[in-house]
Amino acid sequence: MWRGCPVPFAMYTVPKLTDYSAQALETAAADCVRACADEAAGVRNEAELKAFRDRWMGRKNGVLTQINDLWLKAAPKDAKREAGRRVNQIKAHVEDILLKAEFLRLELATGTPLRSGRVDISLPGIRRPIGAEHPVLRTSRELVAVFQKLGYSVADGPVVETDYYNFESLNFPPNHPARDTQDTLFIAGQQAKPPRERLLLRTHTSPVQIRTMEKMRPPIRIVIPGTVHRNDPPDASHSPMFYQIEGLAVDTNITFGDLKGTLDHAMKEFFGSRVKTSFRPSFFPFTEPSAEMFVSCFICGGSGKRGTDNAPCRPCKQTGWIEILGCGMVDPNVFEFVKDNGYDPKKVSGFAFGMGADRIALLKYGVDDLQLFFQGDVRFLRQFS
Amino acid sequence: MKISPQWIRDFVDLTVDNHRLAEDLTAVGIAVEAISGSGPDTVFEMEIGTNRPDAMNHYGVAREAAAIYDLLLKPIEPNVPPAKGDAKFSIQVEETRLCPRFTARIMRATSIKPSPDKTAHRLQLLDQRPINNAVDATNYVLWEMGKPTHVFDMDLLEGGKIVVRKARDGERLKTLDGVERKLTSEDLVVADAKQPIGLAGVMGGFETMITEKTKNILVESAWWDPGTVRKTSRRHGIHTEASHRFERGADFESTVLSCDRVTELILQSGGGDLIGDVIDVVSNRMDQAPVALHIAEVRRILGGKIVASEIYRILKKLGFGVIPAGEAEQEFTVHIPTWRLDVEREIDLIEEIARLHGYDKFDNTLPAFTGAVVDLPHAAVDTALRNRALALGYNEAVSLTFISRADAERFASASGEAPVLELENPLSEEASVMRTAMAPGMLDMLAWNLNRGSEGVRLFEMGRTYEMRGAEPSEPQRMCLGTTAAAVKSALPAAAVLDVSKDEQSGVAEAFRLFKGEVENLLAKFAGELAYDRQTAEYFHPGRSARALLDGTVVAQFGQIAEDVKAARKLRQEVFLAEIDLERLYTCGLRQVKFWPLAKYPAVERDFSFVFADAVEFEQIHRAVLNLRLDDLRSLDPVEIFRGGSIGAGKYSILLRATLQSSARTLRDEEVAQWSAKIVAALQGLGGVQRA
Repeated sequence: MWRGCPVPFAMYTVPKLTDYSAQALETAAADCVRACADEAAGVRNEAELKAFRDRWMGRKNGVLTQINDLWLKAAPKDAKREAGRRVNQIKAHVEDILLKAEFLRLELATGTPLRSGRVDISLPGIRRPIGAEHPVLRTSRELVAVFQKLGYSVADGPVVETDYYNFESLNFPPNHPARDTQDTLFIAGQQAKPPRERLLLRTHTSPVQIRTMEKMRPPIRIVIPGTVHRNDPPDASHSPMFYQIEGLAVDTNITFGDLKGTLDHAMKEFFGSRVKTSFRPSFFPFTEPSAEMFVSCFICGGSGKRGTDNAPCRPCKQTGWIEILGCGMVDPNVFEFVKDNGYDPKKVSGFAFGMGADRIALLKYGVDDLQLFFQGDVRFLRQFS
Repeated sequence: MKISPQWIRDFVDLTVDNHRLAEDLTAVGIAVEAISGSGPDTVFEMEIGTNRPDAMNHYGVAREAAAIYDLLLKPIEPNVPPAKGDAKFSIQVEETRLCPRFTARIMRATSIKPSPDKTAHRLQLLDQRPINNAVDATNYVLWEMGKPTHVFDMDLLEGGKIVVRKARDGERLKTLDGVERKLTSEDLVVADAKQPIGLAGVMGGFETMITEKTKNILVESAWWDPGTVRKTSRRHGIHTEASHRFERGADFESTVLSCDRVTELILQSGGGDLIGDVIDVVSNRMDQAPVALHIAEVRRILGGKIVASEIYRILKKLGFGVIPAGEAEQEFTVHIPTWRLDVEREIDLIEEIARLHGYDKFDNTLPAFTGAVVDLPHAAVDTALRNRALALGYNEAVSLTFISRADAERFASASGEAPVLELENPLSEEASVMRTAMAPGMLDMLAWNLNRGSEGVRLFEMGRTYEMRGAEPSEPQRMCLGTTAAAVKSALPAAAVLDVSKDEQSGVAEAFRLFKGEVENLLAKFAGELAYDRQTAEYFHPGRSARALLDGTVVAQFGQIAEDVKAARKLRQEVFLAEIDLERLYTCGLRQVKFWPLAKYPAVERDFSFVFADAVEFEQIHRAVLNLRLDDLRSLDPVEIFRGGSIGAGKYSILLRATLQSSARTLRDEEVAQWSAKIVAALQGLGGVQRA
C-alpha cells in the first residue's frame, strides 16, 4: 500500500507476518531487499550513508533487528526453520548493498567517479626491454638439454687443437683425402713441431670425443656444444665459424639400433613428436657404419608442398626430408687410441653424432642468410625475444 | 659426378624407372643428389664418398644396383683382335713400390678422327668434351669402369722404351694443359729414354699427346701409389679425374681389362693393327688378406637379428668371396674384391651388410644407462650471468673469432703481453688473428647497428679469447657488454637521477652510473666485496671508465669508449663497453644467499647537505662515515647532487641520507643526534661545508 504513493521517498517499515507460508515469506523478503536497494540508491553524501547504515544495521532498532524480532522470534515453531533461512538471506543482501554504498562513499570522498574513471586499456603497455637469447645458442642449449635428459653429461675442449686430436686420433691418416674435405685453418709458425703437435682450429667438435675418453673410462655419454672453424668465406650459407653439437655414447652392447633410437627420440623431443627420421649411408673416417640422418620436413610435414596453393617447400627442396646430422658407430680404430683406458673395441662399442646448431636454427626459424647470426643486428636479434 | 642411368642399364637389366633407381641407390649410400634430363638422356648428379672410388663410374654403380635388386651384373669383355708381330718395346719400372703394375698395349696404323656418335654423346651427357677417338676412348673407359688410362703417340717416344722413375730436380715437363712444370725428385714420372712424358697418375705430357697426325699409339694403364699421386697433384695444383681416382685407390686387377677396352674402342673407330701381346709389368702384387666375419659381431654392432643367409647374399652380390668357416654358419671367411680398397676389417664388412640391408630396417632402440649426469663446471655461473644480462635488456650476440692484427695490438689481451695466435692461412688480413679480446667484435657490431639506424642497442657476448701462455695456447672465457648512449639514456628512470645540474657533465655522469649499475647487477651474483679504480685499458675514456675488483682481484673494466677509438671506428654515438673476465669470476663462486631477520624497530633517516670540492669523491665520503663504525648505521646514500648556480666552480653540493636502525630497540632522539654530529664532523674533516 506504500507503493504508488506520491511521496518522493517512502520509508520501509517492517510488516508483521501472519502468514508463514513459503509464498508469503518469499514476497516479504523480496519487498524488504528491494526497499533496501531503493534507499541505497538515494544516498547522496557521507551523512546520508551513515543514516542509511544505522537505519538498516543499527543494533538496537535497525531494520534487520526488527525483522529478527518480528519475523523470526514470532514465528510458529514449525515455520521457524524456513523463516530463519529467509532472514539470513535478507541479511546477506543488505550487507552486500551496504558494501556497494561504501564504494560510493569513496567516490564521493575523492570526487572521482570509480566507474566512469576508466583508462584506455587499448593503449600499448610500457615494456621494459628484455634481451633475446641468440637463436643459434638457444637452439644449441635446447638440443643439449634434450640429451641431458637422456643421461648425457656436457663436455668441452679447446678450439685451438692439435693435428693429433682433430685428425689423427679420429682416423684421418696424414695425407688422407678425407682431410681435404675439412678446409682447415692452421695456426702460423708450427713448422718446427712434429706434425701431430701442430696447432689448428678444430674443424669439428669430435676431438672432444678422444679428449674425454682419455680422461674417463667407459661407460660414457657426453654431449659437446662448441664452435668450430673452416676456411669457408662467409656467404648466405657458409661461415668460417659455426656451432656444432657432438654426442658420444660408449658402453658394452651399444648398437646401431641404439644410435637410431636415441637420435629418433631426440629429434621428436626437439622438433615435435610428429617428425620421422631416416638414415642413409655416409662416410666419416671416425665412424663405421656411418650415416646421415634426415628428419621429415617440419615445415611442410613431409609433403614437399606448402600452404593451400601447394607451393614448393624450399627448406626440404620438395623432398619432404631435411638432412640434420652425421652419425655412426665409433670406428674401432678410434678406440685403439684410447684402448688403455678401457676402450677395447672387442668389449665396448659406441656411437657418435654431430650436427650444426646454426643450420638447425636456420631451418627452424626460417632464416635465409647465415650471416645474420654473426652481425649482432638488433633488428634481427630482437625477433627472438 | 654425373652418371647416365642408360649407361648403367648396359650392365644390369633393371626393371625399375630412373627415379626409383635414384631413390634406391641413395638409400644404400650411392647418393643421387639431383636428376636432370629425361628418357635415355637422364643424368644423375651423384655424391660419392671419398672412400668409394669403386663407385665413381657406371660399372661400379651398376654393381650396387645389381646388389640392391638381386640381379645379374654383366661382365665387361673387350673384343681384342689377334695381335700381329712383336711390339719390341720395353717398360722399365724403377719405382716398383710406387708403381707395382704397369700395363701397356701398342697399336699401329690407326687413324685419329672424331669419336663415334654413341661415345661422343655419352661423354657429352657427363659434361666431358669429346676430343678424338683415341683420347675419348680413355675417357670413356674411365667413366665406364673407373680406371684411368693414357694414350701416347708412339712415334714421339724416344728410345723405344718407357721408364717409370722419380723426376730429377729441375727437370721440366709441359703437361697436357699446356703448362710448363718444374719437377722435383718427389714427383713420379713416366719417361721415355730421354725425358718425362707424363706426371704419373695425374696428367700426361703435351709433347707426346695424340694429334691428327698420330698413327701409332701406346695405351698405358698402371696402378699408382695413392699417396704419391696425391702429393704430386697438390704440389702442382692439378686435380684431374685420373688423380681423383688414383689417390683414392684404383682397382689393381683392372689394368689389363681397361687397357684392352681402350684398345678395342680405338681399333673399332680408327682401324689399324694390334701389335704384340699385352705388356704387363707386375712388380708387386697387391694382396688383400681375407677377413673373418662373425655373425655374433654383426649383431653386437648392428643390433637386431639379421640372418646369415642375408649376410651371405649381400656380400656375394657386391663381389666378395664368402666361404663359411667354423660350424653352424656362425663365421665366414670373406675375400675382398680388388676394387674395394676401403674394405680391410670386419667392421668394414658390417657396414656393407648394414648399408645393403637398409639402415631404416633396423629397429630403433634406446640403450640402458647407469651413471651420473654432470654439467660443465662453470655452467651455473654462465647461466646466472646470461640470465641477468638478458633481464637487463641485453641481446645475446655472436661475433666471429678473428680480428685484424691492428686490433690485436690495440685491444691487447687483458692478460697482458701474451703473444697472439695468428693464422697460417687466414681468410683475409682483417681476420688474420684469433681474437685477444671481445671488444673489437663488440665495437664492430655496435657500429653495424648505428650505421643501420638502430640507435638504442644493447648487446652482450660470452665466449673464448685466445692467447699463448708459454708454449701452450690458452682460451680464457670472457663476457662483453656493449651499449649505445641512447640506450643508456632511455633506460634512466627519472626517480633515480642523482645529479640534477642538468648540464652535459651531469648527463654523462648519470649515464655512467646507469651502466655501472648494470655491471654491478652482474657482479652482485658473486661472493666478495666490490671495489673500483680507474686503471682501465687505453681504449676506454680515461675519465669515464673504471675497473671492478672483487676482493682485490680485477674482474671487469667498463665505461665509455675512448674518443680516438670512437673516431677510428666511425661510431655515430658514444658507446659503453664492459669487459668481464669470466676466468676470474669462476674462481670467486656464486654468492650464497643468507637470510637476515626482518627489522622489528623503525628506521630513522637523517639528511646532510654538504658542499665538497670536486676532488672529494663519494667513495671518500662513504669511507669516512663508515670508518665511524656506528653500530646502527644501515646505509649512507647520495640523494641529490648539484653543480653550478650558487655553488662555486670546482665544487658540488651533495645531499646525503643516513639510515639508522637498531635490531634491538627503537632509537632515541638524543643518540641519533649524537651520531649525526659525528657524521657531520667526519664530512667536515674532508673539507666539506655543511649547507643551511
